[in-house]
Amino acid sequence: MSIVKINKLSFGYFSTHEILKDISMEINEGDFICIVGENGSGKSTLIKCILGLNKISKGMIEVNDRIGYLPQMTEIQSNFPATIEEIVLSGTIADNIRKIFYTKKDKEKAKEIMEDLDLYDIRKKCFYELSGGQRQRVLIARALCSTDKTILLDEPVNGLDPKIVTQIYSLLHKLNKKNGVTIIMVSHDVDRAIKYANRVIEIERGIIVKDVPSSEYKIGGDK
Amino acid sequence: MIETIQEMLSFAFIDRAILVGTLVSLCAALLGVSLVLKRYANIGDGLSHVGFGITAVAVAFGLTPLPIAIPGVIIVAIILLKVGNNHKIKSDSAIAIISSSALAIGVAVTSLTTGLNTDVCNFMFGSILAMSTSDVILSIIVSIIVLILFVIYYRKLFAVTFDEDFSKAIGLKANRYTNLIAILTAVVIVVGMRMMGTMLISSIIIFPAIIAMRVFKSFKSVVISSGIISVICFWIGIFLSYSYNISTGATIVIVNLVMLLIFTIIGKIVKE
Repeated sequence: MSIVKINKLSFGYFSTHEILKDISMEINEGDFICIVGENGSGKSTLIKCILGLNKISKGMIEVNDRIGYLPQMTEIQSNFPATIEEIVLSGTIADNIRKIFYTKKDKEKAKEIMEDLDLYDIRKKCFYELSGGQRQRVLIARALCSTDKTILLDEPVNGLDPKIVTQIYSLLHKLNKKNGVTIIMVSHDVDRAIKYANRVIEIERGIIVKDVPSSEYKIGGDK
Repeated sequence: MIETIQEMLSFAFIDRAILVGTLVSLCAALLGVSLVLKRYANIGDGLSHVGFGITAVAVAFGLTPLPIAIPGVIIVAIILLKVGNNHKIKSDSAIAIISSSALAIGVAVTSLTTGLNTDVCNFMFGSILAMSTSDVILSIIVSIIVLILFVIYYRKLFAVTFDEDFSKAIGLKANRYTNLIAILTAVVIVVGMRMMGTMLISSIIIFPAIIAMRVFKSFKSVVISSGIISVICFWIGIFLSYSYNISTGATIVIVNLVMLLIFTIIGKIVKE
């Protein structure tokens, strides 16, 4: 089943200058996609289109699942008083935007996910006291709370040390293989990311220049 | 001390002030948590000056200030937030420009008409004597609305304050909640200005959240404790203000400052 289907999508804030040009791609259930590209290539814009945060001007996007999102780390979160539990639970708002309080079902869902990601025992800990790797795990848990089976991660390993990066990738790998979570990941860290992904999509100046199985992907292009 | 409290409570105008002050302190503290965390803390200061400007002009024209000041300050609050999102003008400079202009206009209009009399002084530095029955009723209604909205939107306010990008992705209209906070802040400022004074009202928005964050580490505990801290500081402040005949607003700010020092020390000890 296709989760995201994009057909001839173009996007730009001005009609003369298009950030994305004629993008077509399909993401299927169970995929582990890695989207790569330089800064300013249009990766983040593409993500925003998939999430429905950008109104598209041309083409179409069809999204068949709710997508859990892990944004890039922002500075404001560094001294924010919030426990792991509060953050993970806030992901479930996606399920029932109109309700005033969290339901029992929301709390159980959050508990299950926290247990699965080894966060349950430290759930009362404060977010800013956690290490970078733990923080990302919390945000992955929140993303999982807001979706059924698809998560989209924007630079999830940026600024983390190599050992932690491997842990995050193994976690994503496990979620993908064991729990059947479809993963769409944007990354700079191509050489390591492709070991875990099954497909790599490369974007350059708003155009998809490569969309290949990761085993066929060569860094730096086919020469 | 008990005698002093009994004596104090025997005055109807002080009872009114305590009722309004407690409600305003509570609302200001709740909103303050979001404002401080979103780095909009300065907005309180700017809005209070705008409130003063509008009030001064209204008084000069012989109008009742509150019904004009509330919508006026709300409009300015929304404009300030829009500018903040716009990034073309830095929001802190926008706040500085609007607030000093409003203050200047207020002072100029006052000089041309009544002159800087006690009434104006009361607006600047606050007075518990200045509260009329209609002010009291309005304050109570406004405070109850703020509290209800805060409870209803608590989950979403947390999500939006913590991570705007994520909230937008799950379908929350983040701007709507930021506007809501701005509107409620504007209303609380105008209502609280009478008691705390233009110059000092923003402190009761900022202090309680900062104090609570020294010790508490979950969002819920910070929200609840800042509400409690704010109310306790107000009670201590109004008691000291009555006993030693010091300006109420100033006393409350000083009590908050002392509380901040105490909590900072507690926070350091707890950490070790």
